[in-house]
Amino acid sequence: MGRSIKKGPYVDVKLDKKVLNINEGKNKKSVIKTWSRRSTITPDFVGHTFAVHNGNKFIPVYVTEFMVGHKLGEFAPTRNFRGHSGSK
Amino acid sequence: MARIAGVDLPKNKRGEIGLTYIYGIGRSTARYILDKANINYDKKVNDWDDDDLNQIRSIITNEVKVEGALRSEVQMNIKRLLDIACYRGLRHRKGLPVRGQRTRTNSRTRKGKRKTVAGKKKAPKK
Repeated sequence: MGRSIKKGPYVDVKLDKKVLNINEGKNKKSVIKTWSRRSTITPDFVGHTFAVHNGNKFIPVYVTEFMVGHKLGEFAPTRNFRGHSGSK
Repeated sequence: MARIAGVDLPKNKRGEIGLTYIYGIGRSTARYILDKANINYDKKVNDWDDDDLNQIRSIITNEVKVEGALRSEVQMNIKRLLDIACYRGLRHRKGLPVRGQRTRTNSRTRKGKRKTVAGKKKAPKK
């Protein structure tokens, strides 16, 4: 089931603040490091680069306008499948 | 003989069913169209007169996305997912189920025919 529209998209408060800081020019750091894979990408995020944690490393994700509405975690895969032992 | 939205012409079927031969029209859309055109669901496709046909055609062209236009829209949506490289896009790329289904067994529709891996032994009996 999808999230209730009444509540609006979910964005971690901390992450939202970081993005706002950059948008207002208070902070010039361009890469935002985050563990918040569950946050929805809002239009404010467009054009920023996020370092999204995948449980092991931070994956750089450059946000374009087509990504709005998806979650940050969708762009940082957590599994690393190298093939089965039998197949070469 | 009825020809609507390109190539479709099923006859000897009830109108409600006949319309579903068009890509993008299912039972409920077919009923919606027939309701709007004031045609009985049970009227055979053969028995539609030109008036009925024209009405149905105009409703379909104006309100329903069918055939080529719909197919290309679906393709565009998939292409978007592929381009942004999100999880669903990656699943499409690999030809695996997109919506979180199990892949340990089943999902043969997406994965295709079984490819047996040589040298894989069955678990020994206890």
